[in-house]
Order: sequence, then structure tokens, then C-alpha cells
Amino acid sequence: MQNPTTDHPIIEFDRVNKSFGDLQVLNRLSFTVDPGERVTLIGPSGSGKTTILRLLMTLEHVTPTKDPAADGGVIRVGGQPLSHMEKGGRLVVANERHLRQVRRRIGMVFQSFNLFPNMRVLRNVTEAQVHTLGRSKDEAEAKARELLDVVGLSAKVDSYPSQLSGGQQQRVAIARALAMDPDILLLDEVTSALDPELVADVLGVLRDVADTTSITMLIVTHEMGFARDVSNRVMMFDRGVIVEEGAPDEIFSDPREARTQDFLRAVLAE
Amino acid sequence: MQTGWSNETAREIFPAMWDGFIVVLQVTVVAGLIAVLLGLLVAVVQRVGHPAAGRTVNAVMQFVRNTPLLVQVLLVWTATSLYINPDWSAFAVGSAVLGVHYASYTAESYRAGIEAIPVGQWEAATALSLPTHRVWGAVILPQMMRRSTAAVANWIIAMFKEVPTLFIIGVLEMISQAQKYQGQHYTGAVEGYTIAGLLFLAASYPVAVAMRRLENRLAKSHY
Amino acid sequence: MDLQAVVDSLPRYGEPLLTTIVVTVASAAFALVVAFALGLMTSSKHLAIRTPARAFVEFIRGSSAVVQLFWFAFAMPVLLGIQFDYLIAAGIIALGLNYGAYSSEVVRGAIAAVPKGQLEAATALNLTPLQKMRLVVLPQAWPEMIPSLCAFAIMLLKASALVSIIGVMDITALAGLIGSQAGQDRLVHYSVVLVMYFILAWLIWTGMRALERKAKRGLGVDVKPVKGRLAPEVAAGGVR
Repeated sequence: MQNPTTDHPIIEFDRVNKSFGDLQVLNRLSFTVDPGERVTLIGPSGSGKTTILRLLMTLEHVTPTKDPAADGGVIRVGGQPLSHMEKGGRLVVANERHLRQVRRRIGMVFQSFNLFPNMRVLRNVTEAQVHTLGRSKDEAEAKARELLDVVGLSAKVDSYPSQLSGGQQQRVAIARALAMDPDILLLDEVTSALDPELVADVLGVLRDVADTTSITMLIVTHEMGFARDVSNRVMMFDRGVIVEEGAPDEIFSDPREARTQDFLRAVLAE
Repeated sequence: MQTGWSNETAREIFPAMWDGFIVVLQVTVVAGLIAVLLGLLVAVVQRVGHPAAGRTVNAVMQFVRNTPLLVQVLLVWTATSLYINPDWSAFAVGSAVLGVHYASYTAESYRAGIEAIPVGQWEAATALSLPTHRVWGAVILPQMMRRSTAAVANWIIAMFKEVPTLFIIGVLEMISQAQKYQGQHYTGAVEGYTIAGLLFLAASYPVAVAMRRLENRLAKSHY
Repeated sequence: MDLQAVVDSLPRYGEPLLTTIVVTVASAAFALVVAFALGLMTSSKHLAIRTPARAFVEFIRGSSAVVQLFWFAFAMPVLLGIQFDYLIAAGIIALGLNYGAYSSEVVRGAIAAVPKGQLEAATALNLTPLQKMRLVVLPQAWPEMIPSLCAFAIMLLKASALVSIIGVMDITALAGLIGSQAGQDRLVHYSVVLVMYFILAWLIWTGMRALERKAKRGLGVDVKPVKGRLAPEVAAGGVR
């Protein structure tokens, strides 16, 4: 799908708050991402990185503000409010129909793969194409086979997820997300659940995707080498606010903030 | 022919239904004790007894579990009243059959509780050279109880609701009472069976509360 | 007792055996529909759907199947001014509702046990709530339900004997009838029907195991049968 409003940033967080009960995870967070940008979010656990991806995927919802137009608390995707919708000239909390419409542009790969165990590999990749994009079965299958070839799993189309290794499952999950032609791909610690020897394959596939497409990517990862190679920008989070951001070389080689330095030292020591 | 609900009949039949309800509770206590104790015995025999004894007990329990209580009650009642001892009361025979029937379920719950105990516990008990009765009394049974109690309690509640089956041999529970009243007054089906259902419902509320407390306590226990 | 008389009377069990099977199968089918309807409703996130279903389940489970059977057979017709041409219908309704209410908890539990990540992945792929249920949740929940539903099906078979007491001629009723005739023995006939029930229960169990194996194969998992045991999840939980 083409981005209809290229003059907007593709992702915009405008003073977004997110609390779970008494715990405030995001504190009036604002940032934008331009189309085609690859942004890596780093920071200690609990800093709100994953929450940002889950808000974009509408798996979580922003903590509402009284007047979104004035107070913020709105997420926009391609200029369109994601967490809200226009109703009578006001921004109100989005309903399921609105969410479904905006969600079409976004895909996500999860830490725990979340392949559907009741479907063989091929059907995992075709199912949503058929049911949410309305593609024909043949069309969806052709697309799925092509993508499964890209991730190196042509031989496994007829396997069940339970018969695959974690790395293979994650590569299927990447193919499944790409099959929906997303403008934005959210990668949530996609290698954290993998045995060390399987990480390289998955990252290799993602490097390919980064090199050959212009999909906007938001990446949460502890793989600093991968982050450095793939991203244009790195944002360091702590307690729901951006501590520091910049080009990967700046952040990784010459971090200004003490909290960034501490965090990188701790991660690289692992 | 009776039509609709009559408050007057309901008032008249209620004392008899209440008596029937008390009998249901009495049967539940007697049969419940049998189910709890016999089930435990069966589970332990299957674990420590001679393999042949275990297999036999298991086969019998399987047969009991997979055939209707109603027919078992009829069969045993026929046997005792015609061939063994006609003086044995329907209450006693009915409670015994009901208890054995549910022992076939509780035994499975105890067994599941025993099997859920980590192998390491048996090994540790062996390493300490504990005598068998101490292994069971001090190590296995206490841990099994925590795992099995809620399930066993659920079977007893299920059993409580099946007590009315014993009307077939004349135990004076609620169905019998309703039928007796109908026999004398040619009315009371609506009121009798409705009151019987409502008494069960009324009892199920405190039981549900007690079960929740029990489950919370078990969840909070330290092992 | 005359053994020849017992053997000669066996063909008379044909039609009542069919009745027992019809009562069991019909009330199991009805119970399955009730179980899924109530199970889906009690899984709903909307209070207006969940609450009435919850109340109905508790209402049915709070009472006794035997009493409900008598109520449907003899109280409901009076209250509604109708008459059952065949009391077998009252039996099927009472047993179907009762076991449907119990089984709805199995359905609800299995739906709730589908990992949250599965629903999140389905959301990420933009499936509608209905598609999530049909394509993702139910296919995964179904194999988990089978052992417990099997236990309920066998309990339902056993409960089907109760229709004999509201005047339906099933094998239990026939055993009592023939058993009290001259030259016959009730003990023998009750034993004969116990064996019949046991065989029927075994058939249900075998069928359900095959169904479970097939369902689990649809998840790429192999199941090892455990002969003659109450399904572990049933034993561990009692009747929920």
C-alpha cells in the first residue's frame, strides 16, 4: 500500500501517556518517524520500548486525555489518528472499525513468534491475506511461497509450527508479517527467545528485508551489532522518556548521557 | 388434573420436602465418608499393593465408574433385600452404593495427586531410608492432600446432587416425598419438584462459597 | 433361575438398547450445542452477554439432574399447559441442558487457555473478532476440550438410565420388567445391562480417543493413549 500523505511523518507520538494501574510507563512521550526510517529503541527493561510497539499495533491503548486536540495523547500513523478518530469535529477514542482500518498498514513480529499451531506453515502465511486483504487463495499462496523462499523455508511449507526450530518459526513469522505488505514493521525483541546459534539466521533475514525494501521499521532489540548496521536512528529510553537519540554511530561510540553509557556497558558486558 | 402453581399446595408440601432434604444431607455425609476413605484406600493399594491386586481393584473401579448408579443401586438393593438380609435399610444400602460409586472417581483424583508429586520426593524419602509408613504419612499423603482436596470436594458436591437417584429403592429423599404427597393428594408435582430444585440451589450457594475458601486456603498453603 | 430363559429374552433388548443410544446421542448433541453457546457467551467481554449466561449455568449446575428430569417431565407440562407425547423428549431436554451447562465450563476454560500471544498475532494480522474465534481460538481450544467432553459424554450415558424412571422403555426399564417375570432373575438382568452400559461407555471412550488423536494431529502433536483412565484433567479438577 502506498503512503497517501507522504508530507506527514509516518508515525507520530504526540504527548502520549500510558499507565498500567498506578504504574506510568510512558510520560507525555513525543517523537516522529519518517517514512522508510529504521529506528531502534534501546533501554533497560521496563523503560517502555515494547509498550510503544504494542500501542502502535493497538494491542494496548493510550491512557486517554480530557481534550486530545489540546492535551495530546494521540498517536498518528500517516497523519491519521490511530488511537482516536474524528467524530463531530472532535477526537474521540477509536472504535474497532477505525482500528482495523489503520492497522492494515502495520505488521508486527513477536518475541515468542505466535505462529498459529493449528495451521501448517503455508497457511500461517496465507490465512490473513485471504481473510483480511481479500486476496484469492492462489494469489495468497504465490505470495506466501515467494516470501517463504526469501526467508529460506521453501522446504517447510507443509510442516506444522511445532515441527520447526525457534529460528525457523521466527522466520515464518517474518514472512507472515511481510505478506500483509505493511508500511510499518514492528520488531519486538525477535531474537530474545532464540537459542544463540539460531539468532544469526533470523537477523540475516531481517538485514535482507532492510536492504531490499523501504518498509519503515521500529526495532526493539538487545542485538547492538544488528541495531548499528540496520538503523538510521537509535533512541535510548528510560522510565518512559527519551534520554538520548541520534545516529547509531553517535549513540554506540560516543554516548553523551551517563544513563546511556551505563546501559550500553551493561549490555555489551553480557 | 392439576394446573399451574398453587401457593397453598407449596406451603402444605414444604415440610415433607424439607424432611427429604435432611435425608439428602444425611446420605451425603455417610456416602461422602465412604467415597473419601475408600477412594484413598484404592489409590494407595494401586500404588503400593501387589500388582495383581492393583489391576483387579482398578478393573472393578473402572467398571463401577463407567456404569449407571441407578442400575448399581437396583442391583445391590435386589441382592440385599432378596438374598442377603432383608432388614438392611434402603438408606444404608443406598448410601453404601453411592459412596462406592463416587470412590471410583475420588480414587482417580487421589491418584492424579500422587502422580503429580515430583519423583525427587520419593527419591529423597528413599535416601533418608524412611520406613514405608513414614514415606506415606509424612511425605506423600500431605502433599497429595493439597493437590487432590479440591477435586475430591467437587466429586462430593456432584454426589450430593445425585442422592435423589436413591428414591428408586424408597429412600425418603425429596423425589420420594413429592411422589408420596402426590399419591395422597393427587397434586403437588409442580410445587414438589420446584421446591426440590430450589432447595438444591439454596444449598449450592454456601457450598460454592466454602469451595472458594477451601481453594484459596490450599493455594496459600506453603508447600 | 433358568439360564435358557435369560438367553431367550436377550433379543427383547434390541429396541430398548436403541432407545438408550438415541437418548444418549440426542442429549449429547443438544448438550454440545448448549455447551458451545453458553461457553462462548460466558467467554464474552461484554457484561450484558456474559452475565445472563453465567446465571443460567449456575442455576442449572446448582441443582440436581435427577430433580430437573422430574421437573421437565412432570412440572413443566403442568405449568405451561402442554403435554409431552413422548416423555423421552423431556429426558433429552433435561439431560442436554444439565450436561450442556457443565460442559460449557470446559468450552470456556479451553478458550481461556489459548495463549494471549495467539490473539495478539491475530490482531496484528487484522483479523476480525469473529475470524479470530473461528480460525485461531476454536481450532486450538477444541482438542483440549475432548478429554473432558468425553468424560461428560460417559456421565451422560450413565444418566440416560434415569429416563427409565419417567416411563421411557430403555434397557434399565426393560431389565426391571423382564427380571420380575416368572422364571427370570432381576439380578441377572441388571448385571446384563450393566455390561451393556460398560460396552457403550468403552465405545464412547474409544471414539473420543480417535477424535482427540485426529484433532491433535491437526496441531502437529502426537498423543499416547492412556487406557481406561479418567482423563488427567478431569481427575485433577473433579466435575467443574
